[in-house]
Amino acid sequence: MNRLLTATLALWMLLLGLPAAAVIETYEFSEPALEKRYRELSQELRCPKCQNQNIADSNAPISQDLRRLLHQQLEAGASDQEILEFMVARYGEFVRYRPAFNAATAVLWLAPVLLLLAGAAGLLLLLRGRKPSPATLDSDEQARLANLLQSAEKDA
Amino acid sequence: MAPRLKLFLPLILFAVLAAFLFRGLSLDPTALPSALIDRPLPDFQLTALADDRPLTRDDVIGEPALFNVWATWCISCRVEHPYLQQLADSGVPIYGINYKDEDGAARRWLRDLGNPYRANIVDREGTLGVDLGVYGAPETYLVDAAGVIRYRHVGVIDERVWRDTLEPLWREILALETSP
Amino acid sequence: MIPEFGHFALILALCLSVLLCSVPLWGAWRGNATAMALAPNLAIGILVFSAISFACLTWAFMQDDFSVEVVANNSNSLLPWYYKFSAVWGNHEGSLLLWILVLALWTCAVAIFSPQLPLVMLARVLAVMGFVGVGFMAFSLFTSNPFARLLPGTPMDGQDLNPLLQDFGLIIHPPLLYMGYVGFSVAFAFAIAALLGGRLDAAWARWSRPWTNVAWAFLTLGIMLGSWWAYYELGWGGWWFWDPVENASFMPWLAGTALIHSLAATEKRGLFKSWTVLLAIFAFSLSLLGTFLVRSGVLTSVHAFATDPARGLFILVFLGIVVGGSLILYALRAPAVSSRVGFAWLSRESLLLVNNVIFLVATLTVLFGTLFPLLMDALGQGKYSVGPPYFNAVFVPLMALLMPFMGIGPLSRWKQDSASRWRAELLLPAIATAVCALTLPLLHDGDYNLWVALAILLAGWVVFGMLRDLANRLRNASSVAAGLRRLAPSYWGMFVAHLGFAITVIGVVVTSQFNIEHDLKMTPGTSDTLAGYEFRFLDVRGVRGPNYVADEARFIVYRDGREVVRLAPQKRRYLASGDVMTEAAIDDGLFRDLFIAMGEPVGSEGAWAIRLHYKPFVRWMWAGSVLMALGAFVTVADKRYRRQRSVAREALRQGGVSGAQA
Repeated sequence: MNRLLTATLALWMLLLGLPAAAVIETYEFSEPALEKRYRELSQELRCPKCQNQNIADSNAPISQDLRRLLHQQLEAGASDQEILEFMVARYGEFVRYRPAFNAATAVLWLAPVLLLLAGAAGLLLLLRGRKPSPATLDSDEQARLANLLQSAEKDA
Repeated sequence: MAPRLKLFLPLILFAVLAAFLFRGLSLDPTALPSALIDRPLPDFQLTALADDRPLTRDDVIGEPALFNVWATWCISCRVEHPYLQQLADSGVPIYGINYKDEDGAARRWLRDLGNPYRANIVDREGTLGVDLGVYGAPETYLVDAAGVIRYRHVGVIDERVWRDTLEPLWREILALETSP
Repeated sequence: MIPEFGHFALILALCLSVLLCSVPLWGAWRGNATAMALAPNLAIGILVFSAISFACLTWAFMQDDFSVEVVANNSNSLLPWYYKFSAVWGNHEGSLLLWILVLALWTCAVAIFSPQLPLVMLARVLAVMGFVGVGFMAFSLFTSNPFARLLPGTPMDGQDLNPLLQDFGLIIHPPLLYMGYVGFSVAFAFAIAALLGGRLDAAWARWSRPWTNVAWAFLTLGIMLGSWWAYYELGWGGWWFWDPVENASFMPWLAGTALIHSLAATEKRGLFKSWTVLLAIFAFSLSLLGTFLVRSGVLTSVHAFATDPARGLFILVFLGIVVGGSLILYALRAPAVSSRVGFAWLSRESLLLVNNVIFLVATLTVLFGTLFPLLMDALGQGKYSVGPPYFNAVFVPLMALLMPFMGIGPLSRWKQDSASRWRAELLLPAIATAVCALTLPLLHDGDYNLWVALAILLAGWVVFGMLRDLANRLRNASSVAAGLRRLAPSYWGMFVAHLGFAITVIGVVVTSQFNIEHDLKMTPGTSDTLAGYEFRFLDVRGVRGPNYVADEARFIVYRDGREVVRLAPQKRRYLASGDVMTEAAIDDGLFRDLFIAMGEPVGSEGAWAIRLHYKPFVRWMWAGSVLMALGAFVTVADKRYRRQRSVAREALRQGGVSGAQA
């Protein structure tokens, strides 16, 4: 029993494994704008069963189903928001490669801004503390200046 | 902050990160809990496999039950089938959702391998599957008497899974029913 | 017998590494020159035994010794010999052995090419690298032995190398990537050695700078090849997916970019010493973290190695020792008080700091985004996915923010500069940039794309700013040629690398904006036109390769009625595994790629689902990356390093430090 289970799991993992064949489907769209949205949404939705692939690139049966569903809903006139809500209601936040902005994900979306602000603040503090050095140079700086001038001459 | 203390900041951040990474080792990133936990079993208007008669949500709720998503093309379903039979024999009500399958093949399967199911919902197009958030067979949903989904198990049910995961939940639901 | 020999050689290499990370360190502590002088010899010994071990595994692959487990799982007798060779590192165990070999190469290179280094410093540097080696060799031997046998039960034939890995790009991508990854261990070792010795000075920066630049160049090439490989083999037109495995190599690159700029300030001006040391630790820590992420299974990725929590735990413990230990050392030994060297708000120092802030924010953002699903899961907050839409949304603005500063950087002066000088110098470049940004996008069918205009604006600003600086430097020369000859290699390196960055930016934005993709059903004899190219579908025929059979579609592409190229995409089925693979056909060009991939047969009339791509400027992305790497390689040729090194040695001699003659 256990061995059979292991074998089944191994097979399952194999099926999950690396993508190999290109997914090329030829859905017909009533207008080009829908095709553009289809492409964007299918790249933003994550295949629930695969190893980190969007439904556009995945050959898994569930991805085929979701693509067909996406096509149907677009043709039926659903908005992007409605489609995403439909998917999230069934498969959870996991299916969104672009996490929705809410209390739980605020830290994710704000992280770059906060980090940048922290960096800028640190930079300002550092620069304020460093006035250009006094007019007199100590011997160490004298030597470095000479060195610098020499290399500048060489570079110029 | 004292200048020296500031230099400990990277170390502290790393310690926090390492703690998370350690926790991550015992998590399974591929395990995906259902988005429908504590939500009602979705409505459906489908047919029964046995006699092609209409089957709706109201026909299958009323007592705690397992809803097992299966198909004849699913290799793992064959693996778990004997254990489902065993569960059914011990008195656990199981409904089947025959997912994206052919009726003939499904009937033959039940005839040859035995039928653990109270009834089978024919979900040929996978519409109920989509509403349930099914992403592959087999999947099994634990539904209480009010028709609320309490748990989902993805993959094969065997004795260990039942004993360690499903049975405790199952007993909890049953206890809830009998207590006033 | 040969695999056992390799196994034994690896054990010997481990023993030598244990010696390397202990004896010279003890020598440095006790002032024992003999113990310290042992370090370079041990480094050579480790390289010899790692190489023997690697050669033995390679032999097992070349000879189809399927009694060796990794060979049986990752090779096949039908595999062409060059893929048997690359299959050595097409799996977890073998790639780890490659990592070990590359580390031994770097260690040995430091031992051989650092005769100017004081012996104490050299001993410490090599000891730190030896310690890293101990970790990885133990990891290999105890959790992932590449020489494990399948005895009894040797299969008749192997299960074949994953078809995706049967590709030229995959022969050279991992070695280059590892040269980069592992190369940062040199910068790390220098930083730790400096902390141990309590000597964080400009000389330290000067010693580690060439090594860091070379490692960064290799990493750049490795990432570029990975992206190129994904483009034609995996992505069917995509070239960057922000997959955890890609991020694992991209984060050290971002941190490394900050590091090579910070090193410049430390070397030339003696500034930011603690900061630079921290960056060196950070860059290598990210390399180790990448290894953990790729091999532990804590994140899902399309192309992670077979994962195993036990291996994950091993790397995590090692990561904790190396990174935790070095950060403790840093907290205790790094100079807490910043140096007294002053500089003004408007100066090259400030601009380098801006570079550092932006690259550090970019690194941390990618790190946070990559780990976010893990963090949320660990906190019981549910399952989340963070993918390309997030990373693009945060990364693109950061790079756009960087480039205005990048344009000023090269012509700014150290210590103090003035806004009026910048205005005067940059007026002309600004005008030239604006003109380009306004006109060049119109060349594309007259439709003015704002994103492309912005990319040209930023890239042009970077390039014209540098040209202005170049013109200034040539002004006093007797002739242009004489002036060009007098420019130092380090200047050329910077010039070429920045130029490469600008070219990459143009490539990324133009190809993203003007890419045209048609997915359609085509029957032989029909044609489809995109971007003025007519793709005519001739027929499909069966072909046979060494280890696969394929359907091959034949296309002729016409433009204005003239034949441009014949393309033949394939749909392959590999015999050993039964895997089906899409092999795209690409006509590459400086200004555009034409790309055809086959899907499935559709219907009964011989029709196929076909994907056609028109990808303008996609080559610029990789060409720019090659220039960046080239620039970093060129800097190493700078004579300045040699001159200043001998000066440093002189200074040490006069200071009476014994043992400096190593």
